[in-house]
Amino acid sequence: MSSLGKALTTVRRYPSAVIALIIILGLIGVAVYAVVSIPLSEAIYLWRGTDQVWSDTPRNAQPAWTNVFRSKKLPETFVVRMGDSEKTTEQLGEAMWRETSVLTFDYKYSLFPTEMNFFFDVTFETREPQVTITWITPDGEERRLFRGNVRPGQRFAISQDDKLTRNLGTLPDVGLFAVPETLAEGAEPEVWKGGYALRVEAITFEEGSSVDGRLVVYGDVYGAAGTDHLRRDLMVGLLWGTPIALMFGLLATIGTTVLGFIIAAFGTWYGGWIDALIQRITEVNLMLPFLPILIMVGTFYSRSIWVMLAVIIALSIFTAAIKTYRAMFLQVKMSPYIEAARAYGASNTRIIFRYLIPKIIPVLIPNFVTGIPTFVFLEASLSVLGLGDPTLPTWGKILTNAYQGGALYRGYYYWVLEPAILLMITGLSFSMLGFALDRVFNPRLRGM
Amino acid sequence: MAEQPARAPEVPSEKSGKRGVSRTLMKFARYTAIRGIALLVTVTIGVYISIWIANMGGHVDTIRIAQVKESVGLKFRGPTYRDMTPSERQTLMRAEEEREISRLGLDKPFLGRSFGYLASALSLSLGRTERMTSDTGSRQVRAVLLERLPTTLVLFGTANVLVFFVSLFVALFLSRRYGTFLDRAAVALAPTSSAPPWFYGIFLILIFAAIAGILPYGGLLDAPPPTTTLGYVLSVLKHMVLPLLAWILGTMAIAVYGRRTFFLIHSSEDYVELAKAKGLRSNTIERRYILRPTLPTIITQFALTLVFAWQGAIITETVFQWPGLGRLLWQAIGLFEVPVIIGSVVIFAYLLALSVFLLDILYAMIDPRVKLGAEGQT
Repeated sequence: MSSLGKALTTVRRYPSAVIALIIILGLIGVAVYAVVSIPLSEAIYLWRGTDQVWSDTPRNAQPAWTNVFRSKKLPETFVVRMGDSEKTTEQLGEAMWRETSVLTFDYKYSLFPTEMNFFFDVTFETREPQVTITWITPDGEERRLFRGNVRPGQRFAISQDDKLTRNLGTLPDVGLFAVPETLAEGAEPEVWKGGYALRVEAITFEEGSSVDGRLVVYGDVYGAAGTDHLRRDLMVGLLWGTPIALMFGLLATIGTTVLGFIIAAFGTWYGGWIDALIQRITEVNLMLPFLPILIMVGTFYSRSIWVMLAVIIALSIFTAAIKTYRAMFLQVKMSPYIEAARAYGASNTRIIFRYLIPKIIPVLIPNFVTGIPTFVFLEASLSVLGLGDPTLPTWGKILTNAYQGGALYRGYYYWVLEPAILLMITGLSFSMLGFALDRVFNPRLRGM
Repeated sequence: MAEQPARAPEVPSEKSGKRGVSRTLMKFARYTAIRGIALLVTVTIGVYISIWIANMGGHVDTIRIAQVKESVGLKFRGPTYRDMTPSERQTLMRAEEEREISRLGLDKPFLGRSFGYLASALSLSLGRTERMTSDTGSRQVRAVLLERLPTTLVLFGTANVLVFFVSLFVALFLSRRYGTFLDRAAVALAPTSSAPPWFYGIFLILIFAAIAGILPYGGLLDAPPPTTTLGYVLSVLKHMVLPLLAWILGTMAIAVYGRRTFFLIHSSEDYVELAKAKGLRSNTIERRYILRPTLPTIITQFALTLVFAWQGAIITETVFQWPGLGRLLWQAIGLFEVPVIIGSVVIFAYLLALSVFLLDILYAMIDPRVKLGAEGQT
């Protein structure tokens, strides 16, 4: 163990290895944070995006920090809730009340919002309340947006309202926020910055019936990571992609290297037909096309990450690596200390696990570390082919969604770059560490 | 070279020398035969496993029976059969279904048929496709595969050969300049190969197609296709730039690193040191003392590079929408097009086995260190 410690001290002499190690620790930190802050079931629920979990986020919005680099700031998304404003109630008659609330907000961006929605949250027994929504411009001019009976969970899509579009003569997102003079023919619409208000009047017909709701003004930027075509906050996917990528890479590498190692050790130690069998299996396996078989398994059987992992490990054990290990074990098998162990009567398993394998472990470590990015990228590759796990958010799946959603054609570069850069960082850091370890542990290369 | 003193006493008189030659020839023939049979068995097992996987252990039959029933059902919904009574139509439909199922051999158990598939796959009678057609409309698996072969070879043949030779010469160059800035830069760049070519492809598309707009996003030809031969060639070349670059970015660095280390190990051999001490020119040392002993390994790598180019690259072709064999294979899997899958697998297996076989024989002939047959090993 002390030689291992010495080797690790040597690693410190390689700046690339130190940087890589810091990045890897950072990634592990992110992974732990993701798992602790968002439980897996919630991550899956959020990523599936049912039940309108993403109703309050814009579609294909850039990350908010990109505004720092823009002279003309893109509008942010904001929500105005009825619960935050005062509500006045008056009784109009028997079983008839009027609730009025005025939602006020400032619009200070120089670009128009991309979309507007009003979501209702009403409670009643049998008779639906009637709601009137009025839009009030900064100079106090009023315009009725909506009147009607409201059911629970109803949504008033302001941007898609035909009547409003007709009346305004332009899209509601533009028409409601524009300086009126600039809406004239031939002029470029300009935003009227200032304080706006929305008056919501609800007539309820039952004791205890109430109307609540929120106005969502969607902008063009959102959060630290932006959103995708399904309004999902990319941050959830990017965060949870970290533990999945690390786990996938780690498990696949452990599976292939450790199993391959043990199998090679047994084969070499016992020799004879066991060794021959391992050799033959390896030869057959080398004939089998790796990726096509994975694609077939994904298409025909299951896309679960566990099934994929198992198949990947099974196909990667009997490869050229096992022949390399065999060559090394054959050398070690002849060493005098093994003979000594045999002389004092050590059992076969004891010799394999206590004397044979530890001798070669230094060679295994660099292979192991360099193997991780291969599998991290393999998961992304499978996602590109549409064979990613159907429920989990992974970097590869975000990248694929972006690629298939035309992010490159439509200029949503952040959508491609975020997962790609994370993949690149992960791949590079493990790979850099592995190469440094290789130089430390493999004396043949030490001078080089 | 180091073997020569040890081998010298083995060549005694003229007479026994002749007998030695014929014995060596016998050994050689035996070695060739054993190696050939072993490889053939390996190919057979590999292809048989692939047949089972591609048919989902027989489950694809269920899917195909459902497809047959669906298409027969659709046919009988047409106007021709409108005048029949429902029961008449039903009987006719059942008969048609059964005829179709037995024509496709789906009424027999899969296990039995799997050996038939194996025999026809191994004899390279690849048969007909089930649903895919080539662009010319042929349903021969051979035609479908051959149609895509040129596009794959143009791209990946070029890419692999280019990467192979460039990395070989760069590595040789670097191994002589160990420790210089260039050498250390090459070592530092090696980890970039942990990302696969398609990954760099996405970046390249972003930079050169989306932002700069100077190269196409993907595909093989401009639309509409150019009419002149020169225009055609230029159009293909233009579409090849990005995938080629992606392939180079994804594989070159590690190829250079691997070969550099390989040459470094070989140039620290005693005989190279001796040659240096003798004051030979570095060109001579390189050619005679480094390249010549490493030639078998280099030839192997080159042959395997060419064999693997046959498969194309499924994901790189998908990302660049390059109509090659890789994408064909992917489409075939999506359509449960078993004959095309097996055709591709069996040709790959044969090519691989053939090159391994030829290389083995080549080594046995040229490399004195390779010992023939089982007797040689004891």
